[in-house]
Amino acid sequence: MAAPRASLNLVAPVWNGVTKSIRDLSSSVAPKGSQKKGKRLLQFLADRFYDVEALREYLLQKQVSKVHQENRSFTYIKERYGPYVAGAYFVLKQGGAVKFQGQEWIQSSGRRPSSLELLSFQAVPVESVDASDCAINYEGLDNLLALKELQSLSLQRCPHVDDWCLSRLYQLADSLQELSLAGCPRVSERGLACLHHLQNLRRLDISDLPAVSNPGLTQILMEEMLPNCEVLGADWAQGLKSRPEKQSQDTASPTPA
Amino acid sequence: MFRGAVHLCAGRGHLGRRLSTLRGGSALGWAGKVSEIKKTLQSVLPGGAWNSLYDTSHLPPEQSDVVIVGGGVLGLSVAYWLKRLEKQRGAIRVLVVEQDHTYSQASTGLSVGGIRQQFSLPENIQLSLFSVNFLRNINDYLAVVDDPPLDLQFNPSGYLLLASEEGAAILESNVKVQRQEGAKVCLMSPEQLRNKFPWINTEGVALASYGLEGEGWFDPWCLLQGLRRKVQAMGVHFCHGEVTRFVSSSNRMETTSGEEITLKRIHEVHVKMDHSVEYQPVECAIVINAAGAWSGRVAELAGIGKGPPGTLQGTKLPVEPRKRYVYVWHCPQGPGLESPLVADTSGVYFRRDGLGNNYLGGCSPTEEEEPDPENLEVDHDFFQNKVWPRLAWRIPAFESLKVRSAWAGYYDYNTFDQNGVVGPHPLVANMYFATGFSGHGLQQAPAVGRAVAEMVLEGRFQTINLNAFLFSRFFLGEKVQEHNIF
Repeated sequence: MAAPRASLNLVAPVWNGVTKSIRDLSSSVAPKGSQKKGKRLLQFLADRFYDVEALREYLLQKQVSKVHQENRSFTYIKERYGPYVAGAYFVLKQGGAVKFQGQEWIQSSGRRPSSLELLSFQAVPVESVDASDCAINYEGLDNLLALKELQSLSLQRCPHVDDWCLSRLYQLADSLQELSLAGCPRVSERGLACLHHLQNLRRLDISDLPAVSNPGLTQILMEEMLPNCEVLGADWAQGLKSRPEKQSQDTASPTPA
Repeated sequence: MFRGAVHLCAGRGHLGRRLSTLRGGSALGWAGKVSEIKKTLQSVLPGGAWNSLYDTSHLPPEQSDVVIVGGGVLGLSVAYWLKRLEKQRGAIRVLVVEQDHTYSQASTGLSVGGIRQQFSLPENIQLSLFSVNFLRNINDYLAVVDDPPLDLQFNPSGYLLLASEEGAAILESNVKVQRQEGAKVCLMSPEQLRNKFPWINTEGVALASYGLEGEGWFDPWCLLQGLRRKVQAMGVHFCHGEVTRFVSSSNRMETTSGEEITLKRIHEVHVKMDHSVEYQPVECAIVINAAGAWSGRVAELAGIGKGPPGTLQGTKLPVEPRKRYVYVWHCPQGPGLESPLVADTSGVYFRRDGLGNNYLGGCSPTEEEEPDPENLEVDHDFFQNKVWPRLAWRIPAFESLKVRSAWAGYYDYNTFDQNGVVGPHPLVANMYFATGFSGHGLQQAPAVGRAVAEMVLEGRFQTINLNAFLFSRFFLGEKVQEHNIF
């Protein structure tokens, strides 16, 4: 997570005789600024009234189920028109772009994707998928993993792509050559460790991952793990923040350990 | 003045003292009644005779529907599922009794934190599969409004189990069962092993099974704290104390075959406070034994196992604490970032820890070498003599390593068949077990919690059938042996 929200404990709740354990996660930060006042008021009310608490829980649940709804599998489309069309439709619906083999990029451009143009590509495998900024998550990845000839996948700045999603990517090991994870807030070095299955990978972009604890060291270890792959990402200088838009163009050729 | 005083008394909310208890005094005249009422009022208002002697806020409540003995991951998981599966909000009052609020000896915090689906029993595989789903969606299950989301630090690197010639056939049949249940496991030959993990010495390895998805290791402390936080938000009471006594009643009953047995029901649990002789009797309907390494002791308190050996009354709960060591070492040339948790044919296991070439691992000792579970002191000679040679033989890079630290923890070891005990006791009708998992309790805790909650609320297992793990198998002698314990 980029910056965990601090938990505010305005009123020490009655713990029924519980003393806090010495290793308890305590993160109470004094709130600053007026935008926190609204949150404080809400929390104050939620601590005292069951209705407010239930309402907030309900709203939280709604947010979560919205993401799940967007990531459902299109099994009917998959059965009827094949996995390529289903995968492409999924990506376009999420707001990404798709490139079939031998064709041009198809963008979603805001409106609902026209299914007619996709239907003509039933037997054409999907070559590249650009799912940047899409709300794709673990379940939604099902639609992408069926694309067995996928060569390039871009998951830049996807807010719900995390280590669990990366652990599923081994299914694309035969074909995937290019993968970009730049700017994903939930990807850490633990998920990057399971990219070792992708032996055909030639280009991997791991720049600007806020959850990675040590970007320089991670880059070195990734280069050792994938000797044939060009790993773009962290600068050797730790203090500099790499810019998400312009990826670092320095081609550091990996030297096998 | 009199009416004002009554309102004041009612407004203070002093419960349990109602003026209606004076109904028995209707034989007295009007003056008598007034003086009685005055006396009650005087005792209730402050400064009167009815002051509670001391503060009882540290004591558990006097009544609770369910008392869970043990506040580790299994106990908290049962509490969570009980509150989640109850039919009406607030229907069940749950009390969790934990003797050590620092969890200094609890197996949960000292665990290596691995989770795998590579078991030989279908029930174990299903338990692990559900638990991995739970962990993946932990922020949906354990979300508390306004608290930061949980970060389990899950490493999805998988488990690699190596098998020699003798074990290869069993490994293969195990992998078949695992794939049938839906686990993503693949078999590797020594050749493939050498290609994928060149740092392994494959001499003596005939076959290996590698978990591709849903296996790895995580931070057990985070899971414990997340469960605690959520469970408290759901209204479960916590108490720090030790269970010292069960007060139960017995009934002599006759079975259908005419045999006489004694059925017991626990009515009260005596919870003794830390560092004092003070105790609180808690009236309860159901007791759940999730005390981990101390479950055997708790079961003895309930009278389980007191009887002639060979009978159902005489069958003890065969769970005892066993000490296991975990060593942390640094090896600069060790296996890279891709290394899974490797479990060797000899019983030695290790995994990476973090980015800095630190590793941790250990080995299960044989029956003769079992260390004394009296305390959690670490025996470093065990590493020198038993763990390191086998490690270095399998992974040649580990010939030069430096031990950084070590710790010890307990397994709640089931001496009968090393698998968990779940479900009610046949004779003590309201004691349910959730213990005895012999080293894989943490990874199955979410699913086992749900199973026990279903058993308590519905009377049978609904989602995963754990009838094979009931207590009665100890009496009937039916072992459900798990072949992949290390």
